[in-house]
Amino acid sequence: MSPPIADRTERPRAEGEGAAPPALVAFRGITKIYGTGMAEVRALDGVDLTIGAGEFVAIMGPSGSGKSTCLNMIGCLDTSTSGSYRFAGVEVGTLSRNQRALLRRHYLGFVFQGYNLLKRTSALENVEMPLVYRRVPGRERRRRAHEALAAVGLQGREHHTPAELSGGQQQRVAVARAIVTAPALLLADEPTGNLDSTTSREIMDLLTELNVERGITIAMVTHEEEMATYARRIVRFLDGRIVVDRERPADRVPGGGGGLAV
Amino acid sequence: MIWSTIRLALRELGRNAMRSSLTILGIVIGVGAVISMVTLGGGATSQITGEISSLGSNLIIVRPGTQPQHGGIQVQAAPFDRADVEAIVREVPNTEAVAPMTSAPTVAVFGNANWSTTVNGTLSAYLAARDWPLARGRAFTEGEEQAGAMVCLLGATVQDELFGRQDPLGASIRLGSAACRVVGVLEARGESTFGMDQDDFILAPLRAVQRRLVGDDDVDLMFVSAQSEAATAQVQGDLERLLRQRRRIGAGQEDDFTVQDMAEIATIVESTTGVLTTFLGAIAAISLLVGGIGIMNIMLVSVTERTREIGIRLALGAQGHEVLLQFLLESTLLSLVGGLVGIALGLGLAAVAAPWLGVPFVLDPTIIVIAFLFSGAVGILFGYVPARRAARLDPIDALRYE
Repeated sequence: MSPPIADRTERPRAEGEGAAPPALVAFRGITKIYGTGMAEVRALDGVDLTIGAGEFVAIMGPSGSGKSTCLNMIGCLDTSTSGSYRFAGVEVGTLSRNQRALLRRHYLGFVFQGYNLLKRTSALENVEMPLVYRRVPGRERRRRAHEALAAVGLQGREHHTPAELSGGQQQRVAVARAIVTAPALLLADEPTGNLDSTTSREIMDLLTELNVERGITIAMVTHEEEMATYARRIVRFLDGRIVVDRERPADRVPGGGGGLAV
Repeated sequence: MIWSTIRLALRELGRNAMRSSLTILGIVIGVGAVISMVTLGGGATSQITGEISSLGSNLIIVRPGTQPQHGGIQVQAAPFDRADVEAIVREVPNTEAVAPMTSAPTVAVFGNANWSTTVNGTLSAYLAARDWPLARGRAFTEGEEQAGAMVCLLGATVQDELFGRQDPLGASIRLGSAACRVVGVLEARGESTFGMDQDDFILAPLRAVQRRLVGDDDVDLMFVSAQSEAATAQVQGDLERLLRQRRRIGAGQEDDFTVQDMAEIATIVESTTGVLTTFLGAIAAISLLVGGIGIMNIMLVSVTERTREIGIRLALGAQGHEVLLQFLLESTLLSLVGGLVGIALGLGLAAVAAPWLGVPFVLDPTIIVIAFLFSGAVGILFGYVPARRAARLDPIDALRYE
């Protein structure tokens, strides 16, 4: 089974300025409307957004601002009402449901607020799961799952089930599951939403490390200013539109008190 | 992929062991009932056909009247007489033995012992036609047959009941008002499949029974044995032609008598068991339907319970048909396990019941394979709707499901 979209090693051409990283995600006028008539809700209203390889973007905004819809859209879980979304140069809007599944399988990793691990299933098997869909043979699968769990600092916990792990550990398993396929893009939806501040910082350090050392592109939705400071770029949504899109000042210490006033 | 999906399905079923086993109960019972019934029925059929063929494949039975095979009216007709028997002996070639028979219920008395049984009036040819050897003594002589002498041969049961361990040969027993001398004892044949004692009768010369016990010259039945199996058809044809002529049946009229060889009788028995098999099939279909609905129900519950899991799988890149396959495999495994347990249960029941019912235990691999395949088909059929529901879930909604 070959992926329906361009091979990942083939870098998509950069848009705009020549020095910018090649665009992994390119939204052009993306609009998402829920409901019809009077009950119509514009969750996204003509959004233009480009995310290049290697970026770490925090998507922020109040409830109902469209940040989660945007992330679902980037994750190919949802389709837009109008506009164009090119993932690594491939127009996602024209892909079938199954093709989008293949795109997720081969290029994306997900980390959710509620961890979303399979209950009564060991950490190792949870991490192996995306590899099963990639048809990776059993031994190779286990080797890579062990590696991924080690990378998130969970050696020795491979055979624990989610119920036997703390929230922070569960989220680490989820991160391991997301990175075991070496995705082009990791999508995190409020990854620290259920965690205390100490554990939250650990998870954010882990994500930062993955971004810096492994070059994994990360798009993260959060409403916590402190967590956003770990990202190198912040995009703010309000009423379905992007109101702020800026690079984090290089001198800011990640996680260092206070939020960015914008 | 398929192997890990099977393992996943097995584990999922194992987690809900109680629920899974209750779910398959319908299929277990249905398949078990059918397997045990078919196995016992098959044993009985093979025993009956075995018995019939042991009567001798050359044997032809001629009776007055017709016996319709599939319902309808039984036609009564005039009995045969001794002249018919003599005509057959004279005119039908390739016969080995021709034995007329007329029966009368009677009470046989010897000393203080008495026993209700049947007296069959016949000729010594009966022993040849039925291939029934004597245990002791001798058959009727031609003179005794001609004269209608009151001599008799005892079936093994009658001998036991009247004489116990005493020697019956030469003894005089009373049949109704007539005294009769015992000249021989037949070998025991035991019970037939239908539980009838085959040894409970007395043989006496035809003429003696007609004159002393029945009071008419009728012959109820004729046993004709052909010289070889190959000659059976010819003998049967000649018998029909001769009897039509003797009974003055015009061209175009139906026979008012029946000529049957053993193959025909075996066919009748088999068609009877065929009806039984159809009934069992209907029962099986109903129980599989009920079992299938049970599986569908549980799979729908399971899909709802595992909505979040399905959402996770879809988000991580599972395609619809992969989720469908996962749930379809679960329901199919469930019903296949039900089928296997049912087969084992049915065979076990049949093995226990067979000796108790006096029927041989005959294993029919065809019905086992059919039961297995059908239970699998039930799982696929009734698992499809829930599996499709799982496959069509929207990943975002499924992930939000609490």
